[in-house]
Amino acid sequence: MSTQTSSARSEAAARLRKVNWYQQPMVKRLFGMLVLALVVNAMTGEQGSSSDLFLSLKDGFPSTRMWIILAIAIAIWATREFAAEPVKSGSRSVRDLVTQAPAVVTVRERLQRDKWTRWGVLALVVVLALVIPGQLTGYWQTVLVDQIAIFVLLAIGLNVVIGWAGLLDLGFFAFFAVGAYSAAYWTGSLPVEPPIELNNFLVIPVAMVTCLIAGVLLGAPTLRLRGDYLAIVTLGFHEIVYIVAKNADNFTGGPQGVPQIPPFKAFGYEFPVDPMPYWYLLVALVVIIVFAFSRLEHSRVGRAWTAIREDEVAAAANGVDTIRFKLLAFAIGASSSGVAGVVYASKVGYFNPENFAILNSILVLAYVLFGGMGSIPGVLVGTAFLVWLPEILRDKVPPSDRYMYLGALLVVMMIFRPQGLWPSKRRQRELKQAEEGIGDADAMSEPAGGRI
Amino acid sequence: MATDVTTPVDSSERSADTVLSTAGVTLRFGGLTVLDDVNVTMRRGEILSVIGPNGAGKTSFFNSLTGVYTPQQGKITFRPRSGGEKQLLGRKPHLVNRMGLARTFQNIRLFGALTAIENVKIAAETRLKSDPVSIMLGLPRARKAERASDEKALTLLRFVGLESKLNELAGSLSYGDQRSLEIARALATDPEVLLLDEPAAGTNPTEKLELEQLIRRINAELGVSVLLIEHDMRLVMSVADRVVVLNFGKKIAEGTPSEIQRHPAVIEAYLGSGADDAAAVEEMIAELEAEHPAQDGADGAEEDQ
Amino acid sequence: MSLHEFWDFLVLGVVLGSIYAVIAIGYTLVYGVLQLINFAHSEVFMLGAYGGVLALTAVEPGSNPSALGSVAYVALGIGAGAALGALTAFGLERAAYRPLRRHGAPRLIFLITAIGASFFLFNLAGKLFGRDPTSVPEMYDNNTVATVFGAQLKTTQVLLLASAVVMMVGLDLIVHRTKLGAGIRAVSQDAEVASLMGVDIDKVVSRTFVIGGLLGGAAGFLYGNFVSQVKFDMGFIPGITAFAAAVVGGIGNIRGAMLGGLMLGIVETLTVPLFGDEWRNVGAFVVLILVLMFRPTGILGERVGRTA
Repeated sequence: MSTQTSSARSEAAARLRKVNWYQQPMVKRLFGMLVLALVVNAMTGEQGSSSDLFLSLKDGFPSTRMWIILAIAIAIWATREFAAEPVKSGSRSVRDLVTQAPAVVTVRERLQRDKWTRWGVLALVVVLALVIPGQLTGYWQTVLVDQIAIFVLLAIGLNVVIGWAGLLDLGFFAFFAVGAYSAAYWTGSLPVEPPIELNNFLVIPVAMVTCLIAGVLLGAPTLRLRGDYLAIVTLGFHEIVYIVAKNADNFTGGPQGVPQIPPFKAFGYEFPVDPMPYWYLLVALVVIIVFAFSRLEHSRVGRAWTAIREDEVAAAANGVDTIRFKLLAFAIGASSSGVAGVVYASKVGYFNPENFAILNSILVLAYVLFGGMGSIPGVLVGTAFLVWLPEILRDKVPPSDRYMYLGALLVVMMIFRPQGLWPSKRRQRELKQAEEGIGDADAMSEPAGGRI
Repeated sequence: MATDVTTPVDSSERSADTVLSTAGVTLRFGGLTVLDDVNVTMRRGEILSVIGPNGAGKTSFFNSLTGVYTPQQGKITFRPRSGGEKQLLGRKPHLVNRMGLARTFQNIRLFGALTAIENVKIAAETRLKSDPVSIMLGLPRARKAERASDEKALTLLRFVGLESKLNELAGSLSYGDQRSLEIARALATDPEVLLLDEPAAGTNPTEKLELEQLIRRINAELGVSVLLIEHDMRLVMSVADRVVVLNFGKKIAEGTPSEIQRHPAVIEAYLGSGADDAAAVEEMIAELEAEHPAQDGADGAEEDQ
Repeated sequence: MSLHEFWDFLVLGVVLGSIYAVIAIGYTLVYGVLQLINFAHSEVFMLGAYGGVLALTAVEPGSNPSALGSVAYVALGIGAGAALGALTAFGLERAAYRPLRRHGAPRLIFLITAIGASFFLFNLAGKLFGRDPTSVPEMYDNNTVATVFGAQLKTTQVLLLASAVVMMVGLDLIVHRTKLGAGIRAVSQDAEVASLMGVDIDKVVSRTFVIGGLLGGAAGFLYGNFVSQVKFDMGFIPGITAFAAAVVGGIGNIRGAMLGGLMLGIVETLTVPLFGDEWRNVGAFVVLILVLMFRPTGILGERVGRTA
């Protein structure tokens, strides 16, 4: 060991220790904000054109809008770097003012403690849900039924799969398609004749069972594998269902779709074109499903799902049949999606394969995550809000841009608030513990004991 | 290697009071042989301890018994009280558990975001019958099952002394309490054999004494046979009826605690293997030496508690 | 299908498969270091294609470029595609995945972020570049170069095959011969131990994304040239097919990804004469599901660090 090498070593160490100006966290954050501003600028620019690729870029870079956005970004960065404390304490005191106000605290405590208060609030919500829509315009009634109620039903189903069992199902909407085509088949609207024509109400259990079986057939081989393979296989399944719907003309009616599915009929009463009867039907379905599912959540089944999410090996070591419970969640999700499909098909009376494109699966996923996976009230509110928002912004934001914003919303939510807006308590705790390195919060690991 | 043939099977392994036996269990990961022809017999109602230096294959042995790993060769036979013989090799972990082998983990694995009682209920409920449909409909039998699991969980939490912490989150319990909770959870599956993987690791002397008593009570009051992996020699020597020593995946000795302490191969194993872990070996030797004279007085010390 | 046609389709299949192989490498590398299906890799691919086309549009190749000019155009397209692909992948890792790693987020959260990012990026591309296909400028005359078993090899096919082979060989060298490659292999095996041994995980992950992005972007441009158009949602199907290829070959296993890509390319192309063009995308998924059912570790076996 000569002194030469040791001095060389200490020089090298000094070099490693030295932080260049551009490596300082503050500068890095500024750089990040500027890039973000440019992305936002690209997002809010003119619609581009396929024949002139540079159109949108030329228009937006540079533009007055760009400078404004950059200035805002720098202002935000500066506030965060130099005035973080006053802003934080300010927002904290505003939040405390709202959440710690005596009235709010009492109401919250009553809601938490008193079972009857909770029931009262629930009943009130249901009554409002039955009364208010009657006062709306026809357009909003249609939005409420065709969009909000259907997607709420779907989101509650997906919540079981992703929120409770911790499985990522990207083919969820395919089961919706299976439900819709079941409705078309059993009411005799497809090119192939069913053995007997059924009333739409009877199609509901039939579609449920069909989707249940489809779910089990798809899930049984896949759920034995590492959890993230389920995502890709369900995505593939969705694509296959979509391609079959589009191309098996003799069976599904092909790309032209299925015309004239009869509406619901019961005791001589036929559901009219008016959306309101469907609204009542959907509210009833949602109430029933919410009740049934929340019982499940607080039963041994829900506990087993939580156990699997947190530590699959420990769950299996304590006798929990992990594959069976995952399959159960997957099948429950599939069948509730199927029910939504039947109601949708009967309501709209006409659909084509494009109604079941893959992006719908992503939409439902976004709704569930926005509201808070695992939390039924969160999912209800989140879905209703996110379906309603683009409708109200219809004239202000180009409709084709909404998917872009949804994608961005998903990423931002996952980074800053993965538990969602109205989180489930269990989920929130899990995510927090996962952050501290304890346990897991999904069912993504390999099933215990599968292989060595 | 036809281990079944080459292994001498002595008559005691065939005896009726055997609850669990392994014959020629060999487990390899790639070229590495983790368990080499391991033959262990556990008698019903005994506390059997598996010891060995780090990396001797103790936890792999547990994992092989409980279905987490599937050994390439050998037989693992379980004889439940109800009679008959069940082969465990290659069975899935939850099925092994349902037959009557429950376990804890070296690094405690609780469901941290659930409360203590929920943790135990999850295990208890794997023995109860209630299907999802009757739960969703709120049928009486589902409610009955829920009540039954509540009661059972409560009884077990009382048994391990956690009755005051029912509704605390498992993740926020103290280390010692988490240990007890994990044992309660394992007991909730009504095991005939309880496998404890280093339960005394990281506990303080008081907790160690409590653990010792808990193991004795599980054994005596619940009639559960206990298979114990442990590094803490004092605990092993005082609580175990018999001891099996593993080294480099091989069984090198078997006998009562006092026999093991004098066994030359065991002393050799602890001395020889410790080149990379000198401090641990010194501690081990110190413990072995210290416990030697204290062995006879151990029971007396216990009664003072 | 006559024998002659068969050879034609087989050549097409091999060409398509070599592109899938290059994309599949991107998936498999990222899966190796993060155990994440990077759904947004298909958008890296798509943006790479746009990157190449943008660069070519900017310089506007004439109708009849000289031989040397053709080579320059192709190189420019591939280079620009690779650059934009790498930039996208790098930005994605920095903006989306790194914060998640800091939180120690569960894998489910990673996956959803990946899907969100993919959804965001292709709709952003739709916004910036329109939602109709844009045709790729002609860079050379697509003549028949050679005839193999009666199948005609066109310039495009030779170009694709040659570029794909060069990229794959280059990558194999990087992974097996360089320090960075050793880092990638170490992190794939066991990130925790690797970091204890002094491997800078952040750096390795970041560079893995860049390598995957370079390959994905270049493959995007080549694919766009192959189908002679680019479109904002063009990444989706090749993306999942390539992921399927990575799984079929054995996830985390780079040579497996190459083999899987080739296999799925051939399966897909042969589906066309056998069942019709509209079923071509079904073939890959059927193969994927079959492989997962009967050999879940893929043909060449997994190389992902075993988690206990």
